[in-house]
Formats: sequence, C-alpha cells, structure tokens
Amino acid sequence: MLRLPGFQLHRPATLQEATQLLADLGPEAVPVAGGTDLYPKMKRRQILPKHLVSLRRIPELHGFRGDPQAGLVIGAGCTLAEIAAHPMVRVGYPGLAQAVAVCSNPLLHQMGTLGGNLCLDTRCSYYDQTDLWREALGWCMKAPGKADPAQVPCRVAPGGGRCWAVFSSDGAPILIALGARVRLVGSTGERIVPLEELYRDDGIHYLNKAHDELVAEVLLPPANGVRSTYRKVRRRGSLDFAALGVAVALRLGADGVVQRCRIVLGGVASRPLVLEEAAGLLVGQRVEPQVLERVAEAVYRAVHPMDNVDFTVYYRRRIAPVQVRRALEALAA
Amino acid sequence: MAVVKEREEVLEVVGQRLPRVDGWAKVMGRAQYVDDLSLPGMLFGKLARSTQAHARIREVRVQRALELPGVVAVITGKDLPIRYGVFPVGQDETALAVDKVRYVGEPVAAVAAVDPYTAEEAARLIEVDYEPLPARMSLEEALAHPEPRIHDYGPFGNVHRQASLEFGDVERGFAEADYVREDLFYYEGSTHAPMEPHSALAWWDPGAKKLTLWTSHQGPHYLHKGLAKALQLEEHQVRVIVPAVGGGFGGKLDIFHHEVCAAKLSMLTGRPVKITLTREEVFYAHRGRHPELLRIRTGVTQDGRITAMHVEAYLDGGAYCSFGPATLLYAGTQQPVSYRIPHYRFQGVRVFTNKPPCGPKRGHGTPQVRCALEVHLDKLAEDLGLDPVELRLRNLTGPNEITVNWLEITSNGLRECIEKVVEASGWSRRRGRLPYGRGIGFAASAYLTGAGGSIYFSDMPHSEVHLRVDRTGVVTVYTLATEIGQGSATAIATIVAEVLGLKPQDISLVTSDTDLTPIDLGSYSSRVTLMVGNAAYDAACRVRDLLLEAVAERLQIPRHRLICRNRRIYDEENPEVGASFAQAASWAEAKFGCLATSGSYRPPEKLGTYKGSGVGPSPTYTFSACVAEVRCDPETGEVKVERVWVAHDIGRALNPILAEGQVEGSVHMAVGEALLEEQAFRKHLHRGPSLLDYKIPTVHEMPEVITLFVNTEDPRAPFSAKEVGQGPLLCVVPAILNAIADALKIRVDEVPVTPEKILKALEERRKGRPARVGPTKVPSFSFPAPERVARPPQWELEAKPA
Repeated sequence: MLRLPGFQLHRPATLQEATQLLADLGPEAVPVAGGTDLYPKMKRRQILPKHLVSLRRIPELHGFRGDPQAGLVIGAGCTLAEIAAHPMVRVGYPGLAQAVAVCSNPLLHQMGTLGGNLCLDTRCSYYDQTDLWREALGWCMKAPGKADPAQVPCRVAPGGGRCWAVFSSDGAPILIALGARVRLVGSTGERIVPLEELYRDDGIHYLNKAHDELVAEVLLPPANGVRSTYRKVRRRGSLDFAALGVAVALRLGADGVVQRCRIVLGGVASRPLVLEEAAGLLVGQRVEPQVLERVAEAVYRAVHPMDNVDFTVYYRRRIAPVQVRRALEALAA
Repeated sequence: MAVVKEREEVLEVVGQRLPRVDGWAKVMGRAQYVDDLSLPGMLFGKLARSTQAHARIREVRVQRALELPGVVAVITGKDLPIRYGVFPVGQDETALAVDKVRYVGEPVAAVAAVDPYTAEEAARLIEVDYEPLPARMSLEEALAHPEPRIHDYGPFGNVHRQASLEFGDVERGFAEADYVREDLFYYEGSTHAPMEPHSALAWWDPGAKKLTLWTSHQGPHYLHKGLAKALQLEEHQVRVIVPAVGGGFGGKLDIFHHEVCAAKLSMLTGRPVKITLTREEVFYAHRGRHPELLRIRTGVTQDGRITAMHVEAYLDGGAYCSFGPATLLYAGTQQPVSYRIPHYRFQGVRVFTNKPPCGPKRGHGTPQVRCALEVHLDKLAEDLGLDPVELRLRNLTGPNEITVNWLEITSNGLRECIEKVVEASGWSRRRGRLPYGRGIGFAASAYLTGAGGSIYFSDMPHSEVHLRVDRTGVVTVYTLATEIGQGSATAIATIVAEVLGLKPQDISLVTSDTDLTPIDLGSYSSRVTLMVGNAAYDAACRVRDLLLEAVAERLQIPRHRLICRNRRIYDEENPEVGASFAQAASWAEAKFGCLATSGSYRPPEKLGTYKGSGVGPSPTYTFSACVAEVRCDPETGEVKVERVWVAHDIGRALNPILAEGQVEGSVHMAVGEALLEEQAFRKHLHRGPSLLDYKIPTVHEMPEVITLFVNTEDPRAPFSAKEVGQGPLLCVVPAILNAIADALKIRVDEVPVTPEKILKALEERRKGRPARVGPTKVPSFSFPAPERVARPPQWELEAKPA
C-alpha cells in the first residue's frame, strides 16, 4: 500500500473561514472535498501540500435549490451519487445525470463531489505515476520532483514549452454544454462566471481562479426544452477516466430544426474543448445525415489529442466525430 | 497410486455442491493474510529500487537512510551476494542487485524501520550512482544487439535458452501435404495481478538459530530451499509458513527479493521484519506471461488431415531466468496432445530483455502458442472450405494414446467437449450467418494435470500427506499443499471425507508449514488435486482399514460388510448395527495405539528420453473446447464478448461450485488477455504499473459463461478428478479472436485485440489491402539443427500407406 504523506488537516465550518485559511496559508494549502483524486495523487507524491482544508463540514456547499423551470442550483459539495440520483437532475438535465453516473466507479460516487470534479487535476500518463516511476523517467514539467524545474521539459511534447496534461472531468463538459455558471467565493468577495471561463489551456495552470477562491455552487439555467446527453470513451465500463468525453446540449423546434446547440469535449485538451464551429453548423438545420457529415468533419478538424492518456492519438481523433454524431442522433431521435 | 474403488457409485460428498471449507472465514474477513499478521517488536521493511533499466552500479550510498530516526538497518547487494533461482539451471538472481541492475524496479537496497512511513522515507534516501548501459526493451532489440550482454551466461548474446526438437520427419510430412499454410502471431505479455499483493514476515530466533517466514506464496517447498541457499543457512534452519493467500496464478512461485530481504533484516536486527509490496512493486515482481512471437506452419491433406507441423516460438523473457527454461519447452508440448500430428518440429528461443522477469502464469507457456495455433487452424479451415470445427474433429487425439512427442494420454474427452459446445451454442446454424458485427468463434485446447517432473531431479514423491485420527473423532490432514484460493483445501477435505464417510467440514487441515507438514511441491501446473489428492486418498484408505478392522472385531461383523457413511461405520446389511465415527476411532486407538497414517504420490515415469522430455509429461491431461460470441462495433472498434460456452473434460468435479468458479475465473482472465491487458513498456518504463492503467476486465466486460463439464473415467486421478484451474483459459482467448474474425471479416493476429487494432484492420481492407493487423516477420535468428527424436512405435505403424 502506498502511504499518505503527512499534512495538517483544517476543518472550517463556513466558507468564509475556509477561504480565509486558504488565503492565510498560501500555496502550501490545498482544499479537499471527497479526496478521491487528491489522496491518490498525494500517495504518489505528485502533490505534497502541508495543509489540507477540508470542505466537508461546510453546510453552505451542500444541497439543491430551485428547479428545472427556474434553473437549478447545485451545491459544489453535493456528491456525484446525490446528483446522479436527484429527480430534478434526471428529468431536467439528463446529460448531467449520465455524466456523473459514469465518473470512475460507484464507490467513489459516494465521496466524490461536483466541485471536486470540476476542479479535477489534469491527467497525463507521464504524471499520474509514483515518484519512483517519475524519477526513473527523469520527472516532468508538471511535477519536477528532485530536478531543476527550469530544465525539465514536458515529456509529451518536449519542445513545446508548455504542459499538455489533459482535463478529463466528466462533469465539466456537460455543464458547459448546458450553459452552467459557477459561483466562486474567495476571502475578499465572490463572483459568478460562465463555467467555461474557469478553465485555461495549460496543463499546470488549468484553472482561472485565485488560490483562495472556491467553487461554491453550480448554477444551471432553466432547462427550457434543452435535451442533453453525455458519452464517454474509456477502455472499460467502469473505473477509467475519459479518453474522450462528448457532451451535447440541444434544443429542437417543433419542426425538428435545431434552435440551439452546444458541443463540448473532455479528455482531449488541457481544458474542456468547446466546438463552436461544429455546433454552429447545426443551428437552423434538421439533424440529418448530410448535416451530420459536415459536423463530423468539423469535429475531426478541431480535435488534436496528444499521446498522454489511454488509447492512441489516432484512435481518439478518429472516434471523436463518431461519438459526436451518435450523441446528436440520440438527442434528435 | 490410487485405484478406482468399489464404492464409487455411491459417492456421498464428491460431486456435491458444498460450500468451500475456507469460505466462511474469507467472506467474513476473518481469514488471516500475511499483512494481517504482526509480532511484538516488529519492524517494517522497504526495498529501494532501480530507476535504470540497465546500468552498472558504481556505488550505493546508505548513510542518509541510516541517519533517519527510526531506521534500524539498511542492507545492499554486498550483504546478500549469493545467487539463487527457482531453477537449478537458473541461479541468476540476487536479493539485491550486486553490480548491475537489469530493469527499472529491481531492488538495490532494503531498509528496516520502526514504522512503514519511516521505512518508505528511508528507501527514498538511498542514493545509487549508476553507469547507464543500453537497455533492450524487446526481443527484436535484444537479438539485434548482442552487446553489451544483459547476462554473462547463455549460449551467446542475449539468448538465454534455445530448444530445437523434431519428432518424425517434418520435411517428409510437408511433402505429403496437399496444402501448407504459415501464419505469424504475437501474444503480448500480461501479469497475474492477484488481489493480495505479495507480503512476507520474517522472524529469526537467535536462540534456536532458526528462521520462520510467513509469506504469501504458492510453492513453500522450493522457497524453503531457495531461502536456505540465499541466506547460507541449513535447510532445517528455515521454516516457511503460508497463511491465507489472496490469489497466485503463478505470480507467487519464485523466490522473491522481499522474502530474502525480510529474512536477512530480521537476522541482522534480531526483530521480526515485515515487507508488503505495493501494487506497483507487484508489477515489478511480475513473473508473468512471456510476450511471444510465433510462427506456425502446417501441412494438410485435401480432406483436412494434418501431415506435419512446425512451430517456432520467440520468447521475451525479461531480465532473469525464473521458470524460463520450462516456459520455453512448454510452448512446444501441448499441440500434439489435442491433435494428431504425424511429424512435428518445435524450435524456440528465450531472450533476455531489460524488463521485469517473465515466468509462469496460468497455463504456463502454453496459452500463447495455443492461441496462435487455434487462429491458424481457423484460417486453414477457411482455405480448405471446411467448417473450423470439422477440421479439428478430423485431427483429434483419442484416449490411451502416446503423442508424437511421447506424452501419454489416458482419458480424453475432447470430442465430447467439442460436441457439447457446438450443440449448446447453436454453432452449426449460426457460424458465418450472424449479421455483420456479430460473430462466433471456436477453439479447443489441452493441458496437463500436474507436471510429471519436479523442478530439481529426485526420485522422491511429489506429494505427501500425514493423517491423524484420535479417540474424539478428530481427523487432521497434514500437507504442505497450499491453498491460494483455487480450492485445494476443499478438494483434499472432500477426498478424505468421502473415504471416511464424513463431511468436508469435519476434516481439520494443517497446511503449508514446512516444519509441520510433509512435502508437497506446490500449487502450480494444476497438480494439487491429483497429486495431493492421491496421497490423501492413500492415507485415508489406510486409516479406514484400521477403523474397519477395529469395528469388525468389536461388533463381530465381517469386515467387508462394513461401510463408512454419514459419520458412522455400520453393517451394510443391517444399518442399525454400527458405531459413530468417534466410537470407531476410540476402538481403533485402543487396538492399534495412536492412529496416524501417511500417503505419498509419485507421478508415472515419463516415456520420452530426449533432451527436454521432462517438460510436458503429466499423469493425465484435460481437454477443453470453447465457443465465444461477440458483438463488435465496426465504427469504434469496440468488442463486447457476450457469451462464452466452455466445455471441459474434468474427469469428475469433486465440487462443481469450485470447478465452475475456476472456469469463470479462467474466462475472466482470458477476456483480459484477449482484449485488454498488456504488461507493456514505453521507453524503459512500464506503461502504467497500477490497477487503473493495467486494464483488468470489470464486471461490465465479463460475458455470460455457460460451463459444461465432460466426465471421463481416469484411474490416475482421485475419483477421476482432473484439473480445472488452467486448462479452460486456453481455448477462450483464440475463440474470442476467431469470433471477431467471424463478426468483421478481419484478422487481428495479436493480443490484446484493441479497438485501435480493429479500426486499423478495417482501414486496411478499405484500402484494398489484406484486412489484417499483426506481425509480418520474425527476427533473423538461426535455430540449432533439431534433435531428431524417433516417434513412438505405433506412429511408425500408422504412418505406412493404407
């Protein structure tokens, strides 16, 4: 068994207290909710925080408000199991219920939270390894270990000058497709931003938020006839992270014409990939084979995965248009 | 040796669906595994491991580790310089690397500390100064670059062992053929991944000068000998105890670094030392399936009768010998057991590479070539316009035959196995007729029930049992046979209970303790039920004789009328007259004194006399046939195995629940090897030594399994019970591959068959090229001229033209 390294645990009772702790303790403090991603990473010595700020005792982070007619607000501390089972989510935002239900495995749904899923660390087959393995590799840019950080390249694309670790949350793509916003609370104030603006295209600095800011709530717009679905490509029917996640939200008119469409991919870049061109091809059209073919081509052009998660680059690129098409067909049916 | 006994028709517990004797403890979490054990003053050990795949060690610096508070001892290769190995011809390992490391993860130092955190931290503080050498990460690379050598032994370069045998006259056989086909196949390596990681707890008693090692192991006897050698102790100074084991599959048979190091650290500190491997370390301990490249050429007559076969096997052995010499030879042995091959040549080579050592994994050495052969026969059938099942049926071996390579088949239910799966699966009306994307495939296989030869040469028994009965009616069986989850304890208890008229749970078992129990060679090669079973049967019959004699005398009933049943010994003609088992035992104790009997088992002499003939013989063989049904997605390349029918000639199932469990476990492992699992490397590193990255099938990937047993009479097996732990794996992998070929009309001649490979094969077809993915050449390598072995006499008679 890998051993958890030592740390000091803080258990604030309010959001204000939690954000103040993060502000005071600085970068050596890391927030933890379910811990399903963080603790294994600490055991592998990828991250060695001195302080953990637990969010589990903060009532403000829990619970559901509103409804699909007015818009649903989900506390970031809700577990994936709660969300997957919630009747309002299942009826109003079925794509979200599908996405959280295929996260990891049923055991981790009991601990993993929505906020944790949205802030999931980026993944890479050169990074998600033990320190022995990474030392044998010679470390990498995201976790330079014993090496001089300035001298360690990204192992995926050594000349690129950036980290290519992949964002593989299942929750984020579907929430972006649904037009969700998040309420970020920091020690000095709070703000509400569209979820897609939380992410940056950088494997190391992948979140656009201050160190002391926490994702407190997810605000879903009124469902308003929007259909949604999520498809996940992974090697096995459980456990595995997305090698490709396809989230589609779509509203059809009575005539079958697409009024609104958003397509977002996970698992292919350092942030959720919003496919605007592909989605735009659908608006004003019926979901028909000729349109789908053009959409598929646009998807293929937009997807450029790197060889750093499961499945070959070739395969993930080939499969993205197929999965987008299947998602659209399922929603239009 | 056991004989079929008179009461066989009225078996009471054999064949019943009874719970396993260790089931309750395991299900309730009460079973004690090594890591559950703890001794007063116990220290925790940790191995520091190489970060280099191939390098000379200039210096190992341990000072910083020693200075860490809580660290009690640190050892390096200098402290354990003796080379050892499980094979007499393969003494090429040391517990800690001495002057060279040969794979990433190879242990270079070991620490003992007061808690596991300190031990882990101390291992990190060990500094090694390496002089890197070029690493050879594939058999092609290792053959192409003979220098610098990975080892300084072996015939040349990085070649570890070669084999080259010919039975009959293969060129003549090919000349007699109407059609000859040749195929290449690549079988990727895989690992056992037992649920329980390896763990060892060592305690050196300085007063008695005796080492006790509790360890999660499948072969305590070989380990006992290996430990004594590595630690320079007399064998009687070593005691090995195996508590509950959470799976082995061949991965717990070698003498492992952590076992030797825990022992050495205990000897140095005078305190007990425990080392439990992490999951990553289990991937480095490995000893799993050899990656193997195969070339098979077969000649057939127009009507599909095999005239000759030539098998070439290229094994990637990893960094050390392990069981490699046997793995290499096993690759050649089993083809003639399932099919009559009049002229047969086997050539194989095992190569060293800079990866964790390969060794025995379920099916040891035979699944790779079996898969290649069954895929090859499918293609051959297609070329001939024959149903693939029909081609097999025309070439089957039968009962009581000697194969061309001198293996003696006794019972043989292969034909019935084939008939059963063909019938149950609806083969004849479905094969080739399912819609595109769906398919069914067939394969057959054979396996041994226990290796006929031991690892070291000896004329002593392979299995021994002591049995004790006392006046209270307690029956205790003592044997080194090791329960690794396969059900050996239940099998032995069932046999003894059947003989004595008791229930399996009435039997106390003292197992796997080299001080208390007589020798058994280990839980490998599917040998325990047959060999320990026969020894236990003998011991039980002997004690039954004593009991019957005592009861006959007390009750004045002719002995031949007495029967042991339902925990009583009574007059068969007058069932009310008799005694309880305990009463009978007390009468017997009064008459004979302390009641203790023994039994032993030695396999029959092998028939072959050629070099290498020691690998392959078995008291009896099992046979299996499989039909697999798959659903493939031609757009994504995804494959779902929906249903698997396995028929297995088991002789007789001692306990059908356990036997079915073995078949289902085999199917699970086969699905993993066919579609998902690979012990693969990128650069010099394992691609993902974790259970997240190493893709064992989950319940979602598990097909429905229909298990069909075929019963045969076999006087060599106790109650005719042949093996079931390994054989049913073999035919499942190729059946899945043949089903995929039926579904998509493509061939992926390489496992695992991933979605990527399927899309590639489909793309080849779209481009007008052969719809195949797989190896296209073998490395340039010249095998030595084959040793020509005369065939058994009956082959010469049959070979004459009609």
